[in-house]
Amino acid sequence: MKAFEYTEPRTESDAVALLSEQPGHTEILAGGTDLVGLMKKMIIKPERVVNIMEIQSLQNIEQLEDGSVVIGAAVTLDEILAFPYMENYPAVTDAILGINSMQLQSQGTIGGEICQRPRCWFFRNGTGLLDDKQVVEGDNRYHAILGNTGAAKYVSGSRIGPALIALGAQVRLVGPNDQEQIIPVAEFFRTPRSEHHRETVLDSNQLLTHLILPAKQSATNATYEVRHGAGPEYPLAAAAAELEMDANGIVRKASVVMGQVAPTPWVSAEAVQVLVGKPVTPEVAEAAGRAAVAPATPLSQNEYKVQMSMVAVKRAILRAAGLETGGF
Amino acid sequence: MAQVEDKQAQGPQGPYSWPSRKDSKVIGKNHERMDGIEKSTGAAKYTYDVNLKNQLIAKALGSPHAHCRINGIDTTAAEKVPGVVDVHILPHAEAGSEIKWQGELLAIVSAESEGAAAEGVDALKVDYEVLESFTSDSDLKGAEEAGVTARGGGKVETVNEPGDDDDEDEWVDAEIERLFKESKHVVEGYYGIDAITHCCLEPHGSTVAWEGDKLKAYLSTQNVSGTDEGFANDLEISADSVDVECTYIGGGFGSKFAPDYWGIAAARISKRTGRPVKLMLSRDQELKLGGNRPSGYLQVKLGANADGVVQVWDSHHWGTSGVSGSGVSHTVVPYVLVPPNYRRKATAVRTNLVRARAWRAPNHPQACAITQTAIDDLAATMGKDSYDVFMANLVNANNEKADVYAEEMKIGAKLIDWKAKWHPHGKGERNGSIVEGLGMALHTWGGVANTSECTVKIHPDGGVSSFCGTQDIGSGTKTVCAMVLAETLGLSTNQVTVNYGSSTYPFSGASGGSTTVGAVSESHRRAATDALTVLKGKVAEKIGADAGTLVASDGRIHVAGNKDKGLGWKEACGLLGLKPLEITRGHTRGDASPLSNSGVGGVQMAHVCVDLDTGVVKMKEFVAVQDQGLVINPVTCKSQIYGAVIMGIAAALYEQRIADPATGALLNAELADYQLARLGDIGDIKIELYEPESERQRGVIGNGEPPAISPVAAISNAVANAIGARVSTAPYTPQRVLEALKNA
Ligand SMILES: Cc1cc2nc3c(=O)[nH]c(=O)nc-3n(C[C@H](O)[C@H](O)[C@H](O)COP(=O)(O)OP(=O)(O)OC[C@H]3O[C@@H](n4cnc5c(N)ncnc54)[C@H](O)[C@@H]3O)c2cc1C
Ligand code: SF4
Repeated sequence: MKAFEYTEPRTESDAVALLSEQPGHTEILAGGTDLVGLMKKMIIKPERVVNIMEIQSLQNIEQLEDGSVVIGAAVTLDEILAFPYMENYPAVTDAILGINSMQLQSQGTIGGEICQRPRCWFFRNGTGLLDDKQVVEGDNRYHAILGNTGAAKYVSGSRIGPALIALGAQVRLVGPNDQEQIIPVAEFFRTPRSEHHRETVLDSNQLLTHLILPAKQSATNATYEVRHGAGPEYPLAAAAAELEMDANGIVRKASVVMGQVAPTPWVSAEAVQVLVGKPVTPEVAEAAGRAAVAPATPLSQNEYKVQMSMVAVKRAILRAAGLETGGF
Repeated sequence: MAQVEDKQAQGPQGPYSWPSRKDSKVIGKNHERMDGIEKSTGAAKYTYDVNLKNQLIAKALGSPHAHCRINGIDTTAAEKVPGVVDVHILPHAEAGSEIKWQGELLAIVSAESEGAAAEGVDALKVDYEVLESFTSDSDLKGAEEAGVTARGGGKVETVNEPGDDDDEDEWVDAEIERLFKESKHVVEGYYGIDAITHCCLEPHGSTVAWEGDKLKAYLSTQNVSGTDEGFANDLEISADSVDVECTYIGGGFGSKFAPDYWGIAAARISKRTGRPVKLMLSRDQELKLGGNRPSGYLQVKLGANADGVVQVWDSHHWGTSGVSGSGVSHTVVPYVLVPPNYRRKATAVRTNLVRARAWRAPNHPQACAITQTAIDDLAATMGKDSYDVFMANLVNANNEKADVYAEEMKIGAKLIDWKAKWHPHGKGERNGSIVEGLGMALHTWGGVANTSECTVKIHPDGGVSSFCGTQDIGSGTKTVCAMVLAETLGLSTNQVTVNYGSSTYPFSGASGGSTTVGAVSESHRRAATDALTVLKGKVAEKIGADAGTLVASDGRIHVAGNKDKGLGWKEACGLLGLKPLEITRGHTRGDASPLSNSGVGGVQMAHVCVDLDTGVVKMKEFVAVQDQGLVINPVTCKSQIYGAVIMGIAAALYEQRIADPATGALLNAELADYQLARLGDIGDIKIELYEPESERQRGVIGNGEPPAISPVAAISNAVANAIGARVSTAPYTPQRVLEALKNA
């Protein structure tokens, strides 16, 4: 780790004031489970680290009168699991439970989970994120099968991101001069075009302060992950689904978002098209899964992820509808 | 390092023997690990925990390239980093040197703090010339094209002999052809097992300090008594001037026998700077350099008679041990079940990867995985129960253990309920996308007692202490030493103090090859027996009895059958006068002894579920039946087997060293990326120690390695039984399972 200036602001605006507009000069420290490893390997070498864990406004998790749930960026994953008003957001809790590590759940924050850097092994070994030649010619078994035609071929790390998009969640961002924005999570993730861009729209002097889950009347949403083992490793494929069904069980509205397939969580309009107007059955769910992976463009070694992602979509839809998913 | 002089063993009737099962008070009874509390509370000081006053922290720069030339290393900026005290370029990284694998250490920066050392390393400027690399070890054709293959040995064995006029090669070709024609069943297959790394939780490394011309090395090692020489040879001092210490070690698995060049470098830096130096490999360096197990890939054709007994085997296998080529030894192919006719050929593939190191039962797990899978495919071809085919093939066992295997198979089958659960390959019940399957494999190993010496001291106040330069690599050696002393002297284990883990103690061999439990049982039993004989003499004189009639039990030395005629332990020791009694005895590896033996077998069975839609394999149940002669401590003995099975499950389903085919870079050299089995992945493991009187009579035999051999083959066979297709290469990842299903 390179020596750095450590700061511990108490307010959002103090934190923002400490952040540099030059990418890479300052880094935000939340639980540190991702950041510290990257700093130890000198993949990132900030001059100043801004610890946001002492900022009171980021610590709260509450349900507002309109039924929405607002979660401070510094709230840890296990605090979310323990929060009593989460029962209508199984897509989120499924994903958190999937991070099967007590240490990560109790130390990792929701803000850090959303903002974590890609798990790409080239990036993590210090050979860069957007050098696509190394991915195309090298071992790309865990890389993207969708949205991978540009330089970015890694997969977005956030395990909760697909659920948040499926649920229509929003994030609140603050920046210099008390500037404040609330944007849908779907617009928060983006595919970077240069090494100076991050994997989100966040500028280097902006802070993610809150996550807002819209009010939900029912729990017809779910996340399904295809996991190799029981550890905290990332899933091989994942999907989140939210369904709105009428009294006859016909899908009126749906949202399907895949994880671990593209440089951002991947919204599948194709799957939704298959679902809407039909009752959820294993056949329909499978057809939606097939539609979701139809546009896939696998790399030399990750063809298998197409099948797996199809299954993840199918099972997420079944689970959201309260049906048996199959599998373990 | 003293000479071993004792040669008193005189066969079963000689002065040394083990008490019968009935007479044993301590041996054979479960005894909790004596250092369990220290370990679980963090009180135990591992090498990584050793911090000496005024020490420097050293960190090393590793090569980012798998193959390159070093044109030079500019240390100027590194030297200027505040806190950096020393920059050391390793001799193999001088300008002009060729570096042949990624991660190879190039230079070491020693500093006042970890941060300064890391910044110093980051400030080193190396001028590399990147060269072509080859790391695709399974790709035989590619290796041949790259010119990196060499003959790796082979052998032909046939029942018939060529005639005097026959050209031998042509005759063998024709004979093997003929044998295949004669075979009722013929199977052809391809089987592989990728390289894995040792993943020691405590990386390799040491803290070293000089006191004048003497070197003290706190080293994470499996070889306390033998490493002083390792340091001494390189530093050109005598082994007597080196004191190696290691009380607790966080994993070695065969990779920690030497000081390694980084340990020697630490000693040189320490000498030069006059300060203690601590150098532990970083996590990625540990996974890149700390040790790996060779890969093995095999193409085979086998022929069997109507009963499924293999008559002829014709195989070619290849793989890599890194830059040196080698790979899996041809001597263990086919494995255990060796038919009367066979031809085996091995090819070594030279790769830009660090040299392999011994990994629990070198060669055996790979040989088992790439050959006993073929036996299972024979069963599948015949449509027969794999259990029956393995049983029939026991006639081919090459180690005179066919009867033991047969017994162990019966026990295993009962524990896993084989006959009730078995179904023909791929024909099991389907529950949604889930199918289940059973598989088995068997193994063999030596486990001879290593050379070991022990000094037992009995103090006039009744205190007993032992001194032995062995190490406890987590297997419970300390507990075994205490149990043997307690049994021999009629005491309880808390009345004896066991000292180990220092090269200043009497020599005891390295913990490798499953040789330690035999070694320390030998030396401690011998020294304690002879010390007791002296004490018995004193007691006999005092109480007016024949020394030959005396026994030590329950804290007394008394006439056998008459507890009252004798003395309490303390009183007896009081007869020693002012000076403690001190006796050193030992055993030399390979000498026949009534106390220890070698040659074990074992049978393992796996029950898995597979999700056909995702290719994910999940362990349901695993059964291990293991023989190891006389068991000193069943609970730690079983712990060895649990650990071995868990490592085996990891190797079967998760573990893989991944080298980038384009650059040779090791892509998953962090524990976050290098997947291992977790508690939720291992299913239900059942262990049975096979110890009938016939085994017990053989004496002590090591079991550290053998139970780690069969898991991969057993699990592969279970997966094949479940899905009706062979996933050729371990680890059997979801990706590979899906690909196998697609190609089936
Ligand atoms: C072994 C291992 C396994 C893991 N497995 C998983 C997994 O399975 N699934 C998963 O989702 N994650 C996993 N992680 C990644 C990650 O550590 C967790 O997701 C965690 O929740 C991150 O939270 P944190 O608070 O520790 O983040 P930090 O490490 O503190 O921060 C992560 C990143 O986000 C930035 N950041 C943090 N908070 C904010 C904010 N409020 N505004 C703007 N930027 C911010 C930081 O600057 C940094 O770049 C794993 C990590 C490790 C080491
Ligand atoms: S073993 Fe795991 S939980 Fe324990 S200290 Fe190490 S990383 Fe943390």
